[in-house]
Amino acid sequence: MLRIPCPHCGVADEAEFRYRGDASVTRPPADAGVDAFHDYVFLRDNPAGWHLEWWQHAHGCRATFQVKRHTVSHVIAWSGWPGEAPP
Amino acid sequence: MTGRRLTRAARIDPAQPLSFQFDGRAFQGVAGDTLASALLAAGERVVGRSFKLHRPRGIVTAGPEEPNALVELGEGGFREPNVPATIVELAEGLVARSQNRWPSLRFDLMAIAGWFAPLLPAGFYYKTFTWPAVSWETLYEPAIRRAAGLGRVAELPDPDRYDVRHRFCDVLVIGAGAAGLAAAARSVAAGARTILLDQDFDTGGGTLLDPAWDPWRAARLAAVSDCLLARTTAIAGFDHGVVAAVERRVGGQRLHLIRTERIVLATGAVERLPAFPGNDRPGVMLAGAARSYLNRFAVAVGERVALFAGNDEAYLAAFDLVAAGVDVLAIIDPRPTAAPMAAARDAGITVFADAAVVATKGRTLGQITVRLSGGQRRDIGVDTLLVSAGYSPQVQVASQARVPLVWRPAIAGYGLAPDPRWQAAGAAAGVFGLSAAAADGDRVAGEVLASLGRASAPGALPDPAPSPAGVAIFEVTAPGKAFVDLQHDVTADDLRLAVREGYSHVEHAKRYTTHGMGTDQGKIGGLTGSAVLAAARGLDLGAVGLPRMRPYTVGTRWGALAGADVGVAFKPERRLPLHRWHQAHGAVFVKIGLWLRPLVYSATGDTSWGSVLDEARAVRQAVGVTDVSSLGKIDVQGPDAGVFLDRVYANTFSTLAVGRARYGLMLREDGFVFDDGTTSRLGPDHFVITTTTQKADEVLLHLEWHLATVWPDLRVSLASVADHWAQFALAGPRAREVLAPLVDIDLAPAAFPFMAAGAAVIAGVQGRIFRISFSGELAYEVAVPARQAEPVWQALVDGGARPYGLDALNVLRVEKGHCTGAELNGQTTAADLGLQRMLKKSGDFIGGTLSTRPALEAADRLQLVGLRPVDPDRRIRGGAQLVCPGATASIGYVTSTVMSAELGGWLALGLVAGGRARIGERIVAASPVYGEWVEVTITSPHAIDPDNTRVHA
Ligand SMILES: [Zn+2]
Repeated sequence: MLRIPCPHCGVADEAEFRYRGDASVTRPPADAGVDAFHDYVFLRDNPAGWHLEWWQHAHGCRATFQVKRHTVSHVIAWSGWPGEAPP
Repeated sequence: MTGRRLTRAARIDPAQPLSFQFDGRAFQGVAGDTLASALLAAGERVVGRSFKLHRPRGIVTAGPEEPNALVELGEGGFREPNVPATIVELAEGLVARSQNRWPSLRFDLMAIAGWFAPLLPAGFYYKTFTWPAVSWETLYEPAIRRAAGLGRVAELPDPDRYDVRHRFCDVLVIGAGAAGLAAAARSVAAGARTILLDQDFDTGGGTLLDPAWDPWRAARLAAVSDCLLARTTAIAGFDHGVVAAVERRVGGQRLHLIRTERIVLATGAVERLPAFPGNDRPGVMLAGAARSYLNRFAVAVGERVALFAGNDEAYLAAFDLVAAGVDVLAIIDPRPTAAPMAAARDAGITVFADAAVVATKGRTLGQITVRLSGGQRRDIGVDTLLVSAGYSPQVQVASQARVPLVWRPAIAGYGLAPDPRWQAAGAAAGVFGLSAAAADGDRVAGEVLASLGRASAPGALPDPAPSPAGVAIFEVTAPGKAFVDLQHDVTADDLRLAVREGYSHVEHAKRYTTHGMGTDQGKIGGLTGSAVLAAARGLDLGAVGLPRMRPYTVGTRWGALAGADVGVAFKPERRLPLHRWHQAHGAVFVKIGLWLRPLVYSATGDTSWGSVLDEARAVRQAVGVTDVSSLGKIDVQGPDAGVFLDRVYANTFSTLAVGRARYGLMLREDGFVFDDGTTSRLGPDHFVITTTTQKADEVLLHLEWHLATVWPDLRVSLASVADHWAQFALAGPRAREVLAPLVDIDLAPAAFPFMAAGAAVIAGVQGRIFRISFSGELAYEVAVPARQAEPVWQALVDGGARPYGLDALNVLRVEKGHCTGAELNGQTTAADLGLQRMLKKSGDFIGGTLSTRPALEAADRLQLVGLRPVDPDRRIRGGAQLVCPGATASIGYVTSTVMSAELGGWLALGLVAGGRARIGERIVAASPVYGEWVEVTITSPHAIDPDNTRVHA
């Protein structure tokens, strides 16, 4: 049961949020070809450690934001808006 | 009969007798008793049988760690299995039964399992599974179930009431013994939001056993009364300072979900069971439990008592029993010398130093054999043997929350590693003795408060007393069965067998032997087992560790976890804005996702094809109206709205003229179809999307995510307007005739052609009209604000439109060859559905690249087709497999099936390998479940009006 810091609303329960995937992958340009899109859609690192991920405050302000979470300890070190870089 | 009630001051009220039943016999206890204390007071010794060997077992503890005395409580729907009698608060009329015996507790035929013990070694289950599978089903499993079942679950709905309470605090203190009370009192005094949990119905933990502590406890309880939750057990610790606790209430239970900044773990320590031969005999009990029964419940657990322990704290039980007039014959201590030995001798107790108990005798305990310092043996006749292998700090809740455990040789136990959120205090931190624990609780609270930036003053503490010393006794090696897990009948030899057979890691040994897998989770014997493993492997105990601790710390009811979210409250139910109108007009509702939607209107509740086809024919021949308010509706606004829609849809929207609607197809990024619907342009920068009912939430999330993360530069705003608009589909050749008189715009085909969209006043209500059609007829979708929907709907009905339900809508769309979720099933591509021409040839859109993968364009993919039975009256089953005549290999399946209103007979849609090239072929719809094989002809999915003339009327 995570407690997630929404950059807009503050800390709230995991139940209010939707996990939206790995925030470290970037959608390729339209002409990048099938292989690039294949990797974008299907290939993910599975780190035992820090992971940058998208969360959406679906039952709150509906903002989509980044969370830096440790996949082993579940410690959340940072959250921020799209485009921001974690410290 | 050996236990008895004494006449002495305790925490019971002898003036309040309580009658109860155990195994059908009538007993009497008193207020303040647990079921266990009342049974002991009545002289009951054997209260259960062990799980595997069916050995008679007695009460060994006085708390939730009890492995033996599990009972079934209550009757009918209230029946609850596997409840430790040691935590059951006695109540008038309580009914309890022992478990795991057949036919009776006193005469258990299954005890012959004990004779076959050599055939039931550790790893029995694993080894048995390797025997022939047929034998497992027919022979072993039924026998094992008969022999080894724990309690029986209730088979009726649970009549108790449950709810969930969400709580927030700065400091959560778990356990209200000396340490917890001191910590909570300091936290409250410092003004921190504090919650104090205590599992017992009598609050005070170890202080309840010493009347000298009564004034101190009373003062602390008065200070913390506002934040105390009694009868509340912390069942699980989670990440980020979340703790779950179950409160036992009259008539039910309440789950508290507590979010806290800091946790003080004042859960005390559990006394450990030493492994020695015959340590499971009824009459062997933990020393602290005997002291608890004496001082709290005025129960002497025996008449002739011996103590086998290596720590000073355990001596207190012997001293208190002597003071109460009970014969304590001997203390057997493995230590050559210890501080309280002199006092014991002064009290008239024979002390055997450097000695150990090596055997016990009797159906219930009658004799122990002591190995003396010189090696010689002595038999002593006793009815009760108190034992103590030391104390294990209770750290489960913190360990579940991933606080690492560290081995502490000084206490021969595991404690918590330093953690910013969790801190143990008192016996849970290995600080033993009430005075020391209270001081530790006060100190820890001070540290915790300081870490929250709060100043606090030390609380009032009793005079310090020396902490008791001791050594751990884990195993006495001597011949015989020395149990490390009483509930699952695991012996020290079983663990050594596991090591020999390669299952030496503590996690492997646990599963191989089932050590610690009972409902008590091996609380009293867990570390004893690890010590046996350590010795067998030649390792330090600290290097062996404990198995991973997982929720829940005690047996927990499903009801407590479900709370009030059961029955109709299990999921929310969504109702259309006109739900009551539909109800009043004979709608039979069907649940689609969360929505209740009219399936068909029938005053008699008739849902047969007759009423459905009447509604569908009304649409084909005249006019009908149906409520499509559950469709997802998303308002898209902004200068880049058209560009955004071009990227999220496979077809183009930026070129759509204001006042026009267009059918749109969304793909997932992997190239498969995601959803479809109609999107209209209401202004240069303003579109409104409709989605399918099922995908309404997913589409919004999908659009929001792409806008926020992939194209944050686009100037677009999204808002769900699904609940704001009621929407009705008015369809049929007479649709214009019905609608035209009600609106303020010109509906003539030239003025408002097929796919026109725009604002209008409808029956006096400002709304929108979209000339779109799902049925294939001349149709208008009318959208009005949800609160003003009824007069508009009523006006359409009054104008001659017949309400139709979901079944008729399904008939109409199958006839027309339109898809719903059955065809948009996540495995179909645009080409599979015959929509390949909708895909843009250029420009970026979601799914554009991966939809061009060769496998997604293969000619033998399953393609959407129509299916008509050769004999029109033969039913095609939904889900039927499609096979070639005489063949058995599936070439596809039926997705949707209806009786046709227009064509007569059955009609279906299906997905067939290379289907479009096989139109005209006869194949078979096979439904072996129903024993039906129906010959069908493959047709175009567009069974009516393939040229789309009607919608343009
Ligand atoms: Zn938010």
